[in-house]
Amino acid sequence: MLTALALLVGALLALGVAALALARSAAGAKTVHGACVGAGAVLVLGGLAGLSGGATALDLPFGPPWGAMRLALDPLAAWFLLPLGIVAGCASLFALGGIHGPVPARLLLPWPIFLAGMLLTVLAADGFTLLLGFEAMSLASWALVAHDTAEAENRRAARIYLGFAGFGGLTLVLALGLSAGGAGDVAFAALREAPPDGWRAAAVFALVLAGAGSKAGLFPLHVWLPLAHPAAPSHVSAAMSGAMTKVALYVLVRFAFDLMGAAQPLWLGMPLIALGAASAVIGALRAALEEDAKTLLACSTVENVGLIAIGLGLALAFRGADLPALAALATAAALLHALNHAVFKTLLFLAAGEVLHGALSRRLDRLGGLIHRMPWTAWAALAGAGAAAALPPLSGFASEWLLLQALLAAWRVGDLAFQIGVAATAALAALAAALAAAAMVRFWGLVFLGRPRSPRAAGAEESGGAARIALLVPAGLTVLLGLLPGVMLDLAEPALRQLSGVAAPRAGFLAVGAADGGARYWPLAAALLLAAAVGAALWAVRRRAPPGIARGPTWDCGFIAAPAHLPFGDPATQPSAAGFAQPLRRMLGDSLLAAREHVTMPPPGSTAPARLDAGFRDPALAALEGPLPRWRDAVAAQAERLRDLSIRQCLGLSFGAVVLMLALLAWLEAR
Amino acid sequence: MALVWSLLAQALHVALILAAAPVLAGVVRWLKARMMGRRGAHPLQPLRDLLKLLRKTPVLAENASAVSRAAPYVAAGAAIAAAALVPSFARGMAFAPLADLILVAGLLALGRVAMALAGMDVGTPFGGLGAAREMSFAALAEPALVVVALTLAILAGTTNLDAIAATLREGGLGLRVSLGFALVALLAVAVAENARIPVDNPATHLELTMVHEAMILEASGRHLALWEYAAMLRLTLWLALIAAVFLPFGQAPAGAAPHLWMVGLLAWVAQMGALALALAAFESAIAKMRVFRVPEFLGAAMLLGLLGAVLLFVSTRLT
Repeated sequence: MLTALALLVGALLALGVAALALARSAAGAKTVHGACVGAGAVLVLGGLAGLSGGATALDLPFGPPWGAMRLALDPLAAWFLLPLGIVAGCASLFALGGIHGPVPARLLLPWPIFLAGMLLTVLAADGFTLLLGFEAMSLASWALVAHDTAEAENRRAARIYLGFAGFGGLTLVLALGLSAGGAGDVAFAALREAPPDGWRAAAVFALVLAGAGSKAGLFPLHVWLPLAHPAAPSHVSAAMSGAMTKVALYVLVRFAFDLMGAAQPLWLGMPLIALGAASAVIGALRAALEEDAKTLLACSTVENVGLIAIGLGLALAFRGADLPALAALATAAALLHALNHAVFKTLLFLAAGEVLHGALSRRLDRLGGLIHRMPWTAWAALAGAGAAAALPPLSGFASEWLLLQALLAAWRVGDLAFQIGVAATAALAALAAALAAAAMVRFWGLVFLGRPRSPRAAGAEESGGAARIALLVPAGLTVLLGLLPGVMLDLAEPALRQLSGVAAPRAGFLAVGAADGGARYWPLAAALLLAAAVGAALWAVRRRAPPGIARGPTWDCGFIAAPAHLPFGDPATQPSAAGFAQPLRRMLGDSLLAAREHVTMPPPGSTAPARLDAGFRDPALAALEGPLPRWRDAVAAQAERLRDLSIRQCLGLSFGAVVLMLALLAWLEAR
Repeated sequence: MALVWSLLAQALHVALILAAAPVLAGVVRWLKARMMGRRGAHPLQPLRDLLKLLRKTPVLAENASAVSRAAPYVAAGAAIAAAALVPSFARGMAFAPLADLILVAGLLALGRVAMALAGMDVGTPFGGLGAAREMSFAALAEPALVVVALTLAILAGTTNLDAIAATLREGGLGLRVSLGFALVALLAVAVAENARIPVDNPATHLELTMVHEAMILEASGRHLALWEYAAMLRLTLWLALIAAVFLPFGQAPAGAAPHLWMVGLLAWVAQMGALALALAAFESAIAKMRVFRVPEFLGAAMLLGLLGAVLLFVSTRLT
């Protein structure tokens, strides 16, 4: 299977090159995306095969000067192939449905390379291959984010994203260098033999947390994500949010759980838990306040990555405290949520893309009432929104239930500071989940319910064919994963054992839960109970009530009738995106996001309208955009002075550098 | 045989809760009226109102979608399913393994989302206003509920309601201060979730500060009956939850003979009556607070819950 996957990497790269020629015609573009759909299917099969079979390794016949490139497929990598395959398949299928003519090569070429980079990162078994895949993924996705240079907003997003991608790659290089130590062997097997300890372990962990965490969207390095994800075409946004963040988390897991050894102190999980909780709350709150549909979904990705990070941090802490059963529970929550989030976020981004295609806007204030014009999209998106809002019996609830169980059991780690910390984290995770519910109600309600807010929304049309299938597949998977999380956890058992060291708790096919007589969640039974209750309500009401309904004009709360040029009613009398966010902006936004509201009243007697100015600002972005450019300018000004040096000073500088290097080498040799 | 008894207990429990919901709402209204010096409507008036509403044809707005027609059934179904899980007169009912506190919270959230979406369906300002406020209050109530669940999970080792009720019934838990804090926090959450005074006023219509009624302003006929019934069920569910966890007296243990059910039933009716009286007295004595004071109210509840959990951590160290 691994050979097939390695060949798939090569095939995707070749497809990327071939895209240059294929981009000239619609048929060529369709070929590229059709092949990517097939690649997604192969990835899912590869993941399933890797989970059921044992770990395999493969040395490629080429590589860097110091050795061959190594690939391996162990259960952990195989598990992450599942979200990768599902997302790649659905996103490519959606792109396939949207092709009606030649596609520019700069949009077509990076897509297979992006997929190949993600696959290579997951399959890598040495540091060089990992970095190669990670950088290919970063740069290809950057090219896709930067494809539309017409708008200043997109150029800014691409610029910031490039900075973060470079930063992430740099920290990973440093982390690998520190792990490899003096021998310089970056093969994973060698790194496992000599795991870092003491300050080196802390430094490696901090570097990986910065590098992989910034790619995944962990607070405070999440700021690029709500800018860059929406700027890309919708199927790329879906792959970035659904799959790329998961690949980044995979790198984090690979380092923290595997390459850094099994014996780690308790505190190692704490920064991950704290950053995860902060990401979850900030991401969910921003999702509840943003006014652009795709930005809103990107912020929700930050929230979900935060929740996964909490699970991973708990697992690390449990391993450190020698509670392997609980570690398996927390890992199960994290891995299951990674898969669930990949599926429902892909669905939501593709639905947002379909809305953008049909109604020509991403702004919530220009949409509305689309359930009448785009019913398939609306109902599919409802499944995704329900899962993102953690409603039973959909997929998000199952994994967040597991996460809460892990949090509620975390007091068993004896340390009082840790106990208080996880109690607060449990409250924050619940806050994030409830905020996500508010954000999803706002998203789905404003986009699909109510009346159209613009003529284009009133005349929206949805596409059928491949794009519709690309929405229905993840919608079906969201329901299925919600009903059968036990099956998925049984499937993930080898990966959980690899990460936690013990056989994972099994609660059977129909339930999930902790091992030791703790609480259980029976999704199928809960769904049946819910269906029976709804059915009973329907039956009881239908038995007594007269059939049918009457239709009448809407009572518009006393506003004057809409003018004739607005046949769908006056949009101003509907709840707006800013208005719907007002309670949360006032309750939480003031303190967390520096939200402001300012009303400008006209002077008495004037007929000018009063203006309400409301908004917020992510403090992390402000901190980043404030000092960083200043430092860059200062460094650049210093560097400029080098140009004025005389030849003597230049030679002196080179000589000094050589002496410094030799001294460093001598010091390193002496140690 | 045990299975038959547990199924029978479950069926009786569901019937009891379904029947008790309108009566409880009527009793609370009647008690409030009495305390305020009015005669008050008959306690069965809510039931009569429901039956009257069921006979009427609902009128929907011209642009209402299928959401307006489906949401009442989803909300009522979620409330029924959640109510079926909270133990009343006996433990060890057929659904006891399913009765997880977090699942109950999830089912309530499902009903809440259905209601918020129904409020937004027609696109009137009132519905959206109510939906925004409802979801915001829920965002603040949920953490408080989870912190209470943490205290209970530490004491009982699980979030299963049946097991929690059994653990707290058997007692021997040492320091009870944490439970007191948890009770206060849970009461605050219950008040907010049920849209009672001081968070919302269940008796008003067309008031600028209303939340719950704003979302169902468009509903009529059988749909309105379902919304009202779901609200009554939620009130019953929350009072039953508080009774089961904090007043676990008289409840028939798992596998008990049916004559103990009678004792449990009497005890449950007494507990629910006492809680209804307390709720009516509280609502009569206090004024509704401003909408933007609610975060402070729920934040205080969360802090109390957290304090209870921390005290528990400290106390488990002392023993």
